[in-house]
Amino acid sequence: MRIPSSPPRPAATAARPSPRRRGLLALALSPLLAATLAACKKAPVAYKGMDITGAEYARGFTLRDAQGQVRTLADFRGKAVMLFFGFTQCPDVCPTALTRATEIRQLLGADGQRLQVLFITIDPERDTPAVLASYTQAFDASFIGLHGDAAQTEATAKEFKVYYKKVPTGASYTMDHSAFSYVFDPEGKPRLVLRHEQSAKDCADDLRQLLQQSA
Amino acid sequence: MHSIPRSAALALVLAALASASQAQVTIKDAWVRATVPQQQATGAFMQLRAARDTRLVSASSPLTPAVEVHEMAMQDNVMRMRQVPGVDLPAGKPVELKPGGYHVMLMNLTQQVKAGDTVPITLVFEGKDGKRESVQVQAPVRPLNATAAPVAHGEHKH
Repeated sequence: MRIPSSPPRPAATAARPSPRRRGLLALALSPLLAATLAACKKAPVAYKGMDITGAEYARGFTLRDAQGQVRTLADFRGKAVMLFFGFTQCPDVCPTALTRATEIRQLLGADGQRLQVLFITIDPERDTPAVLASYTQAFDASFIGLHGDAAQTEATAKEFKVYYKKVPTGASYTMDHSAFSYVFDPEGKPRLVLRHEQSAKDCADDLRQLLQQSA
Repeated sequence: MHSIPRSAALALVLAALASASQAQVTIKDAWVRATVPQQQATGAFMQLRAARDTRLVSASSPLTPAVEVHEMAMQDNVMRMRQVPGVDLPAGKPVELKPGGYHVMLMNLTQQVKAGDTVPITLVFEGKDGKRESVQVQAPVRPLNATAAPVAHGEHKH
């Protein structure tokens, strides 16, 4: 499996109208109208995370929560969603990412209520719904752990261009996996990819801007 | 320690003290990350300092027979974790086992590790002369969302 060096530059590939549509667009918009539209547009926001607005990947998932209920992004409409892929046997990156998520919610203050944190397991073999639920709730009672079967997990990871691989170790096995957090706006559109190294404050700043934009 | 009889606990402490007094490796700020019920693995973290060049070659704990020394590395935003044959401890230089680097991996756990518990861990070091030395540490369990040991010491980097 190929390891992405970084999320594929979505700006280059995403949301690009087909040549035909672009032609129609050019016809439809007189230069004057185009200028007016540009002036009316909100000032572009500079994010510290990677801006993936318009991306044609990371568009969604269909997985189950601990109660066995099917969950999709539509369930969280009206809230920003921050999504992380990991596994509960992870001693390091996953607890660090989820701890950062709790810090981000605190830094957001009242806006923290408008952020839903989701944790998708890439190790459904060991991460039973019960383990996932108690694990995510050990960080914050509002966090939701999601799981699928092997095929659903693979399909979801593919949609998000998430790399994961089972690696045997002496007595057991561990998982290599991408360590990005994905952010959706309250309309359920993919907007940002946050790197593992980004501080809680940097992430909170990005989320605050995103929430204000769609307030 | 609640599950260990008092006399055994005393023997453990004495053994730890005895080995610590001669140990050429000192261990500071050891801690283990708590688990939730049925979670089968977690990590132990600490700071090691050796008086002479030595190498951490293995670890064990009465908690589980599956204890390994692992290294975590981020490569192109992918987290990789691997068992390592050892960790070099250059003389006088503190080496940290911490999130984002090395850790002692406790696997195949059959019981929950709760915040406030203490986990005995024995570390085995091998000197350049091939002589082995064991040092035991009583690592307190910190909550699942702990980020690092409560650091009270200044760290000097040269």
